[in-house]
Amino acid sequence: MEKSSSIKKDPSGAPERAVPLTRPAWIKIGLRDGFPICMGYFAVAFALGIEAKRVGLTAFQSFLMSTGMVASAGEFAALMLIESHAGVIEMITTCVIVNLRYFLMSCSLSQKLKSSTPTVHRFGVAYCITDEIFGLSSAVPGWLEPFYSYAITFISVAGWSGGTVMGVLVGNILPAAAVNALSVSLYGMFLAIIIPPARKDRFIGGLVLLSMAASWVFSVLPLTSGISSGFKVIILTIVLAAAAAVLKPVEEQAQEA
Amino acid sequence: MNIYLSLLIMCGTVYLIRLLPLLFLRKPITNRFIRSFLFYVPYVTLAVMTFPAIVTATDNIWSGVAALAVGLLMAWFNGDLFVVAISCCATVFLTGLFL
Repeated sequence: MEKSSSIKKDPSGAPERAVPLTRPAWIKIGLRDGFPICMGYFAVAFALGIEAKRVGLTAFQSFLMSTGMVASAGEFAALMLIESHAGVIEMITTCVIVNLRYFLMSCSLSQKLKSSTPTVHRFGVAYCITDEIFGLSSAVPGWLEPFYSYAITFISVAGWSGGTVMGVLVGNILPAAAVNALSVSLYGMFLAIIIPPARKDRFIGGLVLLSMAASWVFSVLPLTSGISSGFKVIILTIVLAAAAAVLKPVEEQAQEA
Repeated sequence: MNIYLSLLIMCGTVYLIRLLPLLFLRKPITNRFIRSFLFYVPYVTLAVMTFPAIVTATDNIWSGVAALAVGLLMAWFNGDLFVVAISCCATVFLTGLFL
């Protein structure tokens, strides 16, 4: 959604023809379109792997996490929760809040599947929802062929899970300066997701600034600094997003995320 | 809590979030408040998670501040996810040589 600036409207260059593409053709296009995502994911996941190791996960556990979750901010939050020994309620609530945008994307993709799409493919496409894969999947003209999303996801998750495992395994071989440098890559990625829309829309820009300010205030005020990071995210998100929704409800078109 | 159990709970939760709309939603959400709320959620969540955490993530606060500044600039003018992330890392690495 937020990454529309870097995703071309017609990623494959192919679907504008009258004859529908066959399934193998879609798989081939998907693998090609997914390759840059794979590269980007590897680098970011490497940093995640270093963080996973610091929190105490083994390579196998981090592989399970990355393959099972496929979510940058989500896994980052998951590690934070594991580290702070969060309870089940806090885990589920934080996961829901941090990954709510996938709910939105899923709502949007549900309109992109033919109503005759078998249920098994609804289960399959659900796994293929990340910012980038969603961006490509929703940019396809007409109905979405699930195997296109599967192909992108296959190669992307290979990079994502592989990067995480490598981060755990060889992250500690890296010099401290490099590890120190990689520790900000996830935050850089978050900035890349929120800043371009904030630039285009002054209200979103103000909301982002206010959120950062509130987050800072929460972390320094004696009354709130004891609150765990997970609940801080939940509380601030619910309050600020609800306030924004009241102040400036989205228009029909703006909703197309 | 056991790490495997934690992972199972969280992976299951994240998958359900992605699955339920695809499975049950055959028409768009009509409630304007809910649609607006869902629309603003990612911005608030990611902003809260980024600041002030980015500043304290490195072993020197000023390299974190520099990474934030460079990240904001790169995201503003370039926007590419990979490029912004790498620029932040490079900033911390380079400032680390002098601080």
